[in-house]
Amino acid sequence: MQRRFPNRWMPYLLLLPSLVVVVVFLVIPSIQSVYLSFFRMSPFGDKMFFVQWQNFQNLLTSKDYLGSLWVTLVFAVCVVGLGLSLSMLLAVLLNQKLRGLYFYRTLLIWTYALSPAVAGVIWALIFSPSSGPFNYFLKLLNISPINWMTTPSVAVLIIILAATWKMLGYNIIFFLAGLQAVPVELLEAASIDGATAVRKFFRITVPLLSPTTFFLLIMNMLYAFFQVFGLIDVMTKGGPGNATEVLVYKLYKDGFVHFNTGLAAAQSVLLFVFVAVLTVFQFRFTEKKVFYS
Amino acid sequence: MTINRKKAFWVYFFLTVALVVILFPIYYALNMSTLSDSEAYSYPPRFLPGSHLFQNLSRAWNTVHMGRLLFNSAFISGTVALAKIFLSILAAFAFTFFGEFKGKFFFFAMILVTHMLPLPVRIVPTFELMQTFRWNNTYYALTIPFFASATGTLLFRQLFLTVPASLADAARIDGAGPLRFLRSILVPLSKTNVGALFLIEFVYMWNEYLWPLIITSSNDMRVVQIGLKMLLASEAQAADWNIIMSGTLLAMLPPLIILLVFQNTFMVGFGLKEEK
Repeated sequence: MQRRFPNRWMPYLLLLPSLVVVVVFLVIPSIQSVYLSFFRMSPFGDKMFFVQWQNFQNLLTSKDYLGSLWVTLVFAVCVVGLGLSLSMLLAVLLNQKLRGLYFYRTLLIWTYALSPAVAGVIWALIFSPSSGPFNYFLKLLNISPINWMTTPSVAVLIIILAATWKMLGYNIIFFLAGLQAVPVELLEAASIDGATAVRKFFRITVPLLSPTTFFLLIMNMLYAFFQVFGLIDVMTKGGPGNATEVLVYKLYKDGFVHFNTGLAAAQSVLLFVFVAVLTVFQFRFTEKKVFYS
Repeated sequence: MTINRKKAFWVYFFLTVALVVILFPIYYALNMSTLSDSEAYSYPPRFLPGSHLFQNLSRAWNTVHMGRLLFNSAFISGTVALAKIFLSILAAFAFTFFGEFKGKFFFFAMILVTHMLPLPVRIVPTFELMQTFRWNNTYYALTIPFFASATGTLLFRQLFLTVPASLADAARIDGAGPLRFLRSILVPLSKTNVGALFLIEFVYMWNEYLWPLIITSSNDMRVVQIGLKMLLASEAQAADWNIIMSGTLLAMLPPLIILLVFQNTFMVGFGLKEEK
């Protein structure tokens, strides 16, 4: 690239505000997380003891933590898998050249603006054991009502449903944008050759959408790991028992309810490792399959 | 091309079913906010609106000081969105119109790395840092740590790369400095991106929950999302869903309005609609 403006200091000056924020509030605290994870606070919170790997040892051998890790993985896989397949299907339908679909598109995209906490409150109402419409519908079908506030497996299912629902709008927006890059001529040519809609979907649309899918895979995973906090805090507070205590919720409880700083920092570090590993894994795994035009 | 009517029917059919299922919870929640106390408790549940919306809104408003919470959320989200746009335009400009400079790649990587460091990964030290700065329970803590934007920097860099270099050369020959070039050429070109980014970042910040929960301690610094939690807690004995849902309505309305206002720019920015 040629040099356009010959000012030597200008680019640094322009970058300075962003870099200061990144270094002070992101990079340094992340490094401190690693540092703190090797210490334990004294019971009165006035002294720190160096405990080597003990925080990590405690976590990785604790039934609570491993349970929380398992719940998080199940939750993340379901939210990402369910959310992406459902929204890809809806986006393909919305992308048909038919009259009035603009109206459908607008309405479906609106869920994008809802927050995890709002989604949590709304679904807590829908599944409210005593007066909620869901149990009412079940009763109409002669099925006995469910109480997710006391049944662990149902509670997990319901937070998966609520979290997936909240991301639909976001995913549909990006899939619709990705679909604009799928050439109509290709689909028409396939039709003339006698390909069915299902075949066209799997052989043409899905491969051509793969860069979008890959981007959404990462964004949805980050969402499932980190941003569901509000939804869980509003709906279940990690309960019943600790059935829905995902990693980020456990981290919050240990760090800011029980004030166990070292243990919380160790969990931060592990969270980072999990997400980094999953991201690298996804890159490796999808590298061969992602089709960049 | 002939329109396959059978196919069209199924597309409409599936989309209508999906729309009803997906929007039903929102409809039911909004409906609930219009019911009186006794209607809210009635069984079977009521699916048609009542006439108590304004009473409910004012009760929710008074229970948790919704006015203050809404102001806080709007102020924080607006400030962060604008700051992110401003900072990322400056950074993107540095990466695109100054050729090579020392550390360029390193700085670029550093801004992108923010994607890998979400708040939970650094939450304890960031919280302690706020205590060191004495920023707990202030607007500083609620805004400044969020000012950097990898998304924005990438988005504007992508756009600026499509601006021909000759334009910058012409500007320079005409005696315009870099800042003048940025202000009078690049910024007007970025209108669509600015709109899309404002929407994304405003909604993101409006919906933020964990950070405001731990960093604010007095009711006058709380945000709307935490207000929902407070409403749920204050109505815990026997959930007054009509009041809670009025609060929810207030919490979801502003981002929806922003979405409606910026929807066109947003759709154009994402290539979902032709620019008129």
